[in-house]
Amino acid sequence: MRILTGNDLKAGAVVWWTGYDWSRHVEDAADVGDQADAIAAREEAARRVNAPYAIEATRDAGGTPRPAHIKDRIRALGPTVRPDLTLKPADPAVGNWVI
Amino acid sequence: MYIYDEFDQAMVDARVAEFRDQVDRRLAGKLSEDQFKPLRLMNGLYLQLHAYMLRVAVPYGTLNSAQMRLLGDIADKYDRGYGHFTTRQNIQYNWIRLEDAPDILADLARVGMHAIQTSGNCIRNTTSDHFAGAAADEVVDPRPYAELIRQWSSFHPEFSYLPRKFKMAVIASQRDRAAMRLHDIGIRLVRNSAGELGGEFYVGGGMGRTPMIAPLIRDFVPIDQFITYAEACLRVYNRHGRRDNKYKARIKILVHELGAEEYARQVEEEFAHLLTLGIEPPARELERIAAQFAPPPFASGLPDTIDRSDPAFALWAARNLQPHKAPGYTALTISLKPTGGIPGDASADQIRLMADLAERYSFDELRVTHAQNIVLPHVRKADLPALWRELVDAGLGSPNLDLAGDIIACPGLDYCSLANARSIPVAQQIGERLAGKEQDIGELKLKISGCINACGHHHAGHIGILGVDKKGVENYQLLLGGSEAEDVSLGKITGPGFDEAGVVDAVEKVTDLYLARREDGERFLDTYRRIGVEPFKEVLYG
Repeated sequence: MRILTGNDLKAGAVVWWTGYDWSRHVEDAADVGDQADAIAAREEAARRVNAPYAIEATRDAGGTPRPAHIKDRIRALGPTVRPDLTLKPADPAVGNWVI
Repeated sequence: MYIYDEFDQAMVDARVAEFRDQVDRRLAGKLSEDQFKPLRLMNGLYLQLHAYMLRVAVPYGTLNSAQMRLLGDIADKYDRGYGHFTTRQNIQYNWIRLEDAPDILADLARVGMHAIQTSGNCIRNTTSDHFAGAAADEVVDPRPYAELIRQWSSFHPEFSYLPRKFKMAVIASQRDRAAMRLHDIGIRLVRNSAGELGGEFYVGGGMGRTPMIAPLIRDFVPIDQFITYAEACLRVYNRHGRRDNKYKARIKILVHELGAEEYARQVEEEFAHLLTLGIEPPARELERIAAQFAPPPFASGLPDTIDRSDPAFALWAARNLQPHKAPGYTALTISLKPTGGIPGDASADQIRLMADLAERYSFDELRVTHAQNIVLPHVRKADLPALWRELVDAGLGSPNLDLAGDIIACPGLDYCSLANARSIPVAQQIGERLAGKEQDIGELKLKISGCINACGHHHAGHIGILGVDKKGVENYQLLLGGSEAEDVSLGKITGPGFDEAGVVDAVEKVTDLYLARREDGERFLDTYRRIGVEPFKEVLYG
């Protein structure tokens, strides 16, 4: 699948295109197929996202989109060396999802 | 230390107002990201993996307590409660909101700080010896000259769009504590046989994808001509440096391709011309600056001994203290490298505590080191036990300066959009693995970069590690034999890379070999230089 990501313009936070809005959580990412460029251009022009780009992803055993490259998996989660600052701070082993 | 005059303050305040307007226009859609990006970069604001990142300049690594305290407050107010001290003696915040950036710059301006020229193809923050003004071996305090460079290079119209970024360092002792020869221009202040002050100019060094040691271009530039000579060095680079290929755009490539002799000849030609124009700042300006770096009022008659009866204190004191020019005083280094911690990170509370300690014990001064630690430069030896206890209570008492745990590591793939691999977890694991024998191993400079840009100085590590992307998987190359000190050298790759666990094992193997083969008084680097790389390859790959 192809999913679309970028950063929130004001906050800089990593966001994922859900099909109708932007979410902080990669679990919400939608398959954009061949529509990535059009969505990215429209959303960037509306200042709802900054520096959007499309990436390849798969679905893990639980059905969650999993970015193909480690860099985007770290973006999706947060710094592996600070579990408390990730999106899943209660799970100290959450960094394993990145590897 | 230097305090802004009305011109400095007006310049920085004007830049804050200008950037506030630029941010407003970006948020209102009047500027596109393509238009805005170079503007935010000129103010140290990057877009990194998780958020905007703000890099704040700490000129030549010197801070007073009010500035340090504000850095802690910014971490709490605008970030997530911590900051990251960098190998350019700066500090970075990783979780900045764009809409907050102008307010942060305004807060910084109130204590005489800014983020100007911490990015972009301009002259970056000038670095220096973190023991400047305290070191027993310096011929002069190099900071007034670094400050003069800061003022000369700030918004220099001719050098705001260089072919590539440009980094300068100024030191004033034979010992090099600032990686001076790995800079675009490295200056060592010296006295000639007549006792006159001047500078050795080394030009064309650097790390990155093409590491080079800067050759000596001129062995003595009189101090009253050194800005003119620096201008000549920059002019030749600006004229002939490549702008068609960013990977060949640094001055080191120009000096290498022209040859040091021909580059020096062109600089001399330009220098002769510039001397006729009288561009050197007036001597009274340098005197005005230098007066602000006058030594603090050291007390006389202090005891010059240290009570080492507490073994834990004695261990720390044996590692983390530096000889001071004033009897009864020492310069101490606060390690930001606790075992298993993140190199260079400090919490807001720790930053504020260090500010308080500087106020109480070190004439209100602190330094950021390029090795990502903090120095209190002027501490009475008699105050050390009490000060040390406060450091220990705050998790800042690691007795590991220049040991295996004192690792330089870039933010790597945990934070940086340029990185190919994570640096910090490797540093943490090596630190934990070697913690039990680091005192036995002795001086060991371990440096880790998460990509070829070498922010973690891996080329200059006695042991260097470079993270690469091998078909989407993190892989780590091992380098041995580098040094960024006065015995400068570039490390060499040992062979095929390792995975994350493998590179930790590899570091342990080479340190074990060192322990087995060292002779009396030899550091790891000395043993490596004596026996060569082959025995190390044998234990790694044999």
